[in-house]
Amino acid sequence: MRFLPLLVFIVIGIGLAVGLTLNPREIPSALIGKPAPDFALPALEGRAKADNQGLSKTDLQTGQPSLVNVFASWCLPCRVEHPLLNQLAREGIAPIHALNYKDQPRDATRWLNELGDPFSRIGADKDGRVSIDWGVYGVPETFVVDGKGEILCRHVGALTEHDVETKIRPILNDLKAGRESRVKC
Amino acid sequence: MLKRLALLILLLTPLPLVSVPLAAQHMEPTLSDPAAEARARTLSKELRCLVCQNQSIEESNASLARDLRRIVRERIAVGDSDRQVLDYLVSRYGEWVLLTPRFNASTLLLWIGPGLLMALGILAVLMVQRRQRRALAEAPPAAPLSEAERKRLADLMKNEG
Repeated sequence: MRFLPLLVFIVIGIGLAVGLTLNPREIPSALIGKPAPDFALPALEGRAKADNQGLSKTDLQTGQPSLVNVFASWCLPCRVEHPLLNQLAREGIAPIHALNYKDQPRDATRWLNELGDPFSRIGADKDGRVSIDWGVYGVPETFVVDGKGEILCRHVGALTEHDVETKIRPILNDLKAGRESRVKC
Repeated sequence: MLKRLALLILLLTPLPLVSVPLAAQHMEPTLSDPAAEARARTLSKELRCLVCQNQSIEESNASLARDLRRIVRERIAVGDSDRQVLDYLVSRYGEWVLLTPRFNASTLLLWIGPGLLMALGILAVLMVQRRQRRALAEAPPAAPLSEAERKRLADLMKNEG
């Protein structure tokens, strides 16, 4: 009984210490485990790709898992993660689609010409409306979508090698093996 | 006087011409119906700006906050109730978008936590009080003062007075 205050202090201390390690910018997505929102976006004008098509929900329901990356030419962290996306596309990890968030087509195409274009389909989300339906609150964000068009994972901020190896790749591997993924996202 | 007034009007006329395109660029969404606009403002104060986190979208200058203000007005314009407008955004951004969390299983502790702590505190105070009172009651009655002690006490009281 005499040690009760000390005990209470320790419990509160541990609670606050755990709180300090959490990232307040990482907001759990409301869409995990839910189907992607209904949307259809036009292609990015002037994109230097023979097969330049827009992005809609049906493109995510091909039976094959895919990644959806939200990017903008004015976004600096997008520039940071871009080489990694290029590498993942070369490796063929999964089709990487994109939502081009509130961007000028001219700027976006110039950006892709300069840094490389890892994307399969790009939907030009000029007014950012579709991105809001996706629950996007900052660029870049990356989603893992299964073959039925259900959102399994959302990563906020520039993607790192570590994120790919601990989240993206394990989930895709689980999907390919046809088993339920236990990866926390 | 008239000349000065004319000059003033002349000086002021270009201003609206300049400020209209500027205003259009940062077009702040507003509803023409004052009651609906008031509802939109009240709702916007209840919604968290996801970029700046501890501001409401009503207070924030972030472009996402402006887009969300516009969406709130669009939903009201198509006849959504307040609850429906909030649900629309919760379905996209999660409960986190609400500055006042809803009362449910996951927020139970958040809502009743302070009351619970208060009750525990009162309980602790009552218990300590009761124990003290019981200890006092159970203590053996003090022995009566001896003659010497009574005299010393009387002296002390006299000196004090």
